[in-house]
Amino acid sequence: VKRIARFPFPFRSDTYRYRTDVEPAREFVTTAAGGWGDRVLDIDGEYHDELRQRAGILRRDPSRCTVLPHMRVAAWDALLLLLTELAATYPRWMTLTSEGRRYRWHNGLLGRSHDFVLGDGDSLPCHPLRFAGSQVQDDIVLLDQREGALWADAGLVTFAAGWSLGFDVGMRLAEVHGPVPRVHAEGVITRAEQFLLRLQPGQEYRRTNWSMTVGRRLDTSTEAYPEWAGDRHLVAADNALPDRLHLRVEVQHLLRLPASGAILFLIRTHLASLREVAEVPGWGSRLASVLAELPPDMVDYKGLAPFRDAAVDWLVDRRS
Amino acid sequence: VNGPAPGPGEMSLAVAEITHPAGRVRTLHLRRPDGGTLPSFVPGSHVVLDCGDRRNAYSLTGPCLSPDAYTVSVLLRQDGDGEVAGGSAFLHRLEPGDVVAVSPPRSAFPPVAAARHHVFVAGGIGITPFLSHVRAAVDWGRSYELWYAHRPDFPAHAAELRSLCGDRLTEPANRRALQEAVRRIVVSQPLGTHLYVCGPAGLIDFVSTTAAEAGWPSERVHAERFSVTGLDPGEPFTVALRRSGMSVPVPSGVSLLDALAKAGVTVPNMCRQGVCGECRVKVLNGLPWHRDLFLSEVERAANADIMCCVSRGHDLLELDL
Repeated sequence: VKRIARFPFPFRSDTYRYRTDVEPAREFVTTAAGGWGDRVLDIDGEYHDELRQRAGILRRDPSRCTVLPHMRVAAWDALLLLLTELAATYPRWMTLTSEGRRYRWHNGLLGRSHDFVLGDGDSLPCHPLRFAGSQVQDDIVLLDQREGALWADAGLVTFAAGWSLGFDVGMRLAEVHGPVPRVHAEGVITRAEQFLLRLQPGQEYRRTNWSMTVGRRLDTSTEAYPEWAGDRHLVAADNALPDRLHLRVEVQHLLRLPASGAILFLIRTHLASLREVAEVPGWGSRLASVLAELPPDMVDYKGLAPFRDAAVDWLVDRRS
Repeated sequence: VNGPAPGPGEMSLAVAEITHPAGRVRTLHLRRPDGGTLPSFVPGSHVVLDCGDRRNAYSLTGPCLSPDAYTVSVLLRQDGDGEVAGGSAFLHRLEPGDVVAVSPPRSAFPPVAAARHHVFVAGGIGITPFLSHVRAAVDWGRSYELWYAHRPDFPAHAAELRSLCGDRLTEPANRRALQEAVRRIVVSQPLGTHLYVCGPAGLIDFVSTTAAEAGWPSERVHAERFSVTGLDPGEPFTVALRRSGMSVPVPSGVSLLDALAKAGVTVPNMCRQGVCGECRVKVLNGLPWHRDLFLSEVERAANADIMCCVSRGHDLLELDL
């Protein structure tokens, strides 16, 4: 199966604006290339490569996994939920068995088994959240609920699209989204927070978000800015633009953790080059329309300004 | 007695065992018929049980993580004439093997993760939500203390709590001793302490007022109003539903929420005690009799919304349903 077949193409019309656009998880979406969305955790051909990249980033910068002390229970809760979900989705490769608080995890794709005791940090090779991030491709954020608000108090984020976990950790949800244009005046974040505050265990929702990235580069965090920011200017005049510039789509899942009551926010990043996108009927012209119409404040916030026109030109020229 | 078919998200659980932690209290041990584990829950969570003609909320008292059974402790309620009545009477008639419709666990009284210390204050049957709190506190090494006042002839779960909590449990001999303890607690706790109270309305009011007078921010004081037994059964009234064109009678002693559900109109709900705000419905005509603790004074005066789990109408209400 080609990578593009399961790509979560995010545009449902020729214009894009921020909305409180959550929908139930696990519902399969048929696209012109195939489809996606029947599962919460999606393992694909990038599994080993992405986990290797994540391990390297964490070695160089351990702050990409930051857990405030009071999020210990939520981190274990998240680990159990993720391993349980993996085992349920990929029973051929993965199993989780337990006896009281003792667990045995087997991941046949990685060829590893681990025995651990819930709550006993010494029984895992690393922090439970970091361990979770060594098994799934998703970035992980944990939101604590208190004082009628949600707080981004823990996370393992190595593939951030233009933000920094280390900067945001400990902030309220509204503060995390402070720099996003339009959403505050339009009440998008307030509605999302009210929705999440009432999310019950077992309820599972998702949304998509998107931006554009030069190269198949997953780590476009604030910390790595010097490594990737320059490419945004160089790519516009590069003949290889259709292969270097990628539509970057995040499939984000929102789940209530059952034992801690924290919100588990998963961010899974997918990349498709302009050329890959344009080869799917209808996608090239839709992306061209969305990019051409996008208002300047959103273009700036998403960091598209240096190459937006060049991308639209290539997509339009290719059609004619 | 067999329970009705479960609604969306509800589970059909079988009464596996019945124990008696104190006089007039029975603990139901509810298991999946297939013997599998049940969903984990946040400490302080409750479930809603189908009790024949009504649905009551009860705290889950057992372990929180992938439990084999949900346990609830049900106090047999008596009405003003000493007659047993209501959902508790229904649950006291259940026998092992009977099947009950049980909602998924709902968290409306959770421990605050960021707290440095947790002080739990319970009066009488108000002990029930704290059983799961102290189990989780022990499991995760949270700092806590439990103050549990009960009558000598009503030591519900006391023996179990003594072995769970050791010297973290204090059992004041009477109401006055508990009040004295609360007065000391609110002036002697380290910063970052959270205070949790469940029990009779008088105890909750006393703890809330005493803490507020000592300067505690309201965000640090948490109350579970487990009991709405003080509520008058109310006069019968009728609601007209504008969108569906239905007319639904609400008998005395039956909540608006339950009457709507019986008529096939499901309103999202959670606590069933007028505190969570989930079952808010717009009022288009008529004056609600507000009995909830959720709406602000301004919202009550506007009479544009009603919390249909506890509030009622006087004669006719028109709702946006």
